[in-house]
Amino acid sequence: MKILVCIKQVPDMESKFKVNADGTWYDDADLAWRMNEYDEYAIEQAVQLKEQVGEADLTVLCIGPDRVKETMKKALAMGCDRGVHVADDQSAIKDSFAIASIIAEFARDKDFDLIFTGLQSQDRGSAQVGILVGEMLNLTSISTIVDFSYDAGRVSVKRELEGGVRAAVNASTPVLLTCQLGLNTPRYPTLPNIMKAKKKELLSVDVSELLKVEPRLETAKLYFPEKKGSGLILEGDSNALADQLIQLLKDKTAVLA
Amino acid sequence: MKTLLVAEYRDGKLLNSTYELIAFAQKLGADATMFLVGSEGALPQFDGNLYLADSGKYGEFNPAVHKQMLLDVVAKEKPDLIVFSHSSYGWDLAPRIAHALQAAQISEVVEIKDGQMVIPVCNSKLRRDISAKTDVTVVTLQAGAFGLDADPNGSPTVENVDTDCLGEIEFTGYEEAEAGGVDLGKAEVIVSAGRGIGKADNVEMIASLAKALGGELGASRPVVDAEWAEHARQVGTTGQTVSPKLYVACGISGAIQHLAGMKKSEFVVAVNTDKDAPIGEVADVLIVADVKEFVPALTAKLQAL
Ligand SMILES: Cc1cc2nc3c(=O)[nH]c(=O)nc-3n(C[C@H](O)[C@H](O)[C@H](O)COP(=O)(O)OP(=O)(O)OC[C@H]3O[C@@H](n4cnc5c(N)ncnc54)[C@H](O)[C@@H]3O)c2cc1C
Ligand SMILES: Nc1ncnc2c1ncn2[C@@H]1O[C@H](COP(=O)(O)O)[C@@H](O)[C@H]1O
Repeated sequence: MKILVCIKQVPDMESKFKVNADGTWYDDADLAWRMNEYDEYAIEQAVQLKEQVGEADLTVLCIGPDRVKETMKKALAMGCDRGVHVADDQSAIKDSFAIASIIAEFARDKDFDLIFTGLQSQDRGSAQVGILVGEMLNLTSISTIVDFSYDAGRVSVKRELEGGVRAAVNASTPVLLTCQLGLNTPRYPTLPNIMKAKKKELLSVDVSELLKVEPRLETAKLYFPEKKGSGLILEGDSNALADQLIQLLKDKTAVLA
Repeated sequence: MKTLLVAEYRDGKLLNSTYELIAFAQKLGADATMFLVGSEGALPQFDGNLYLADSGKYGEFNPAVHKQMLLDVVAKEKPDLIVFSHSSYGWDLAPRIAHALQAAQISEVVEIKDGQMVIPVCNSKLRRDISAKTDVTVVTLQAGAFGLDADPNGSPTVENVDTDCLGEIEFTGYEEAEAGGVDLGKAEVIVSAGRGIGKADNVEMIASLAKALGGELGASRPVVDAEWAEHARQVGTTGQTVSPKLYVACGISGAIQHLAGMKKSEFVVAVNTDKDAPIGEVADVLIVADVKEFVPALTAKLQAL
């Protein structure tokens, strides 16, 4: 069985963001980077599947600048067999269609039985790349899964809908799945596995070999939204803050009456 | 400009988000036609052409088949813009259509400004003005971002759609979310724990504050996914929608899917170490503090009242 997992490196969402010089994306200096949360579930599911079927080859792919290799090492330490780094300093400003076409171009002749992606990336949040890759490769694809099982070439998954309702869906491999939060419990890489991961293959491919499409979207500008909230912002010592808040609750709500 | 609105239907009902699509078309001043896989018995209140496929025959979830029928309608109508909700149905189908038409897709539009679509970036900390370079554009709309000013009215001119395309998946039915335990809908005060509380043991600290305020414990999704709290306590799109007199968000960033569940609360207090956390947008009071220090201090003072 051949499995592909696509992951993205994203900034920590608690970072202090700055707009970059040309005003179209965030400045990537001084940010802490991590694996897109949704993709952790994708890796975990792929690794569990490999553990279940025994014989499987699990490739993790990530498009981005050199720094994404750090995130890829985590994926290898979680249990992926090999990494493919598509080196691209401009990946952040590529649209989802371009990103998907790069992945599809890589995967086209490799006969993956299963491809896992995240539902969405935390920074861009387009929720497009997974399904687009599926369409480009003419694969069955199912989005937003929160439950997965595999048996003899068939997958049974549950899609999560609004209100927490789940739709049960079955399909045959080859199949592409986009993973939603809570699908499983992503493992922490152990120290021995981190050491082992250092010896795993991490191949680099230049993006020019895989990019064959033109951009479809154009960003005019990136900016901070105007603060709509007219709320009070209180800072200081916890005890003093607690007193202030109690007074506010007495004045503005009926809950302490 | 010509829009094709893709309405949504689930479990025998038309979804209200359909009217958000109409509001969006009105805002653009564009002509609108609609496509729905649904039923004659639950038609939208809409004065226009509705292409209707029978969900009984084609299934409520059957992407390849819905895609084909929608593409047939697109070929006939030649819209400039194809509009979906950014929902589990919309974000699944929209990219399939975008790919088939080689069109650009803009996800989760919150506003239209000077001909640009505005979309959130980084958990809504940033916004991006974006436009498509293709002739046809696919968009998905953030839930709740567009609304009609008046009650919807009208009745559509229905044209039936059929296909002999076969699906590639087997949809076997819905499962309700785990129910049981508390009913947050009835609580006057809700104090919710988010990932910022750090660890499972700290749920107790948040629950104590809830108790001191005579309220219930709520939670954001990561807290429920990690099994620190039961699903019945989850507030948000895939949990409960609540509107208590007081909502206290402890260590919750304020992702749109969380806000959707609590923004109708009468008074919102947020406790967060990040002054720029998006929860600040809906908070009446943002306390910039570590929950582990502030919450016990507040609880102690409330207990002493
Ligand atoms: C389709 C879909 C449906 C979803 N449905 C839901 C839903 O129903 N409900 C829901 O909640 N989410 C839902 N989510 C997830 C949502 O997008 C966010 O990932 C989630 O709400 C984040 O939870 P959080 O705010 O607790 O965690 P985070 O976003 O990680 O935020 C933690 C916050 O805690 C703060 N913090 C950290 N340490 C401290 C400290 N010591 N003291 C004070 N503050 C601190 C941080 O500054 C940060 O703001 C959904 C997502 C998708 C894609
Ligand atoms: N630069 C990238 N490299 C590899 N995979 C990616 C990249 N960007 C997005 N993806 C995958 O596509 C999913 C959805 O991303 P998006 O469409 O940007 O919301 C992510 O969860 C990843 O699995």
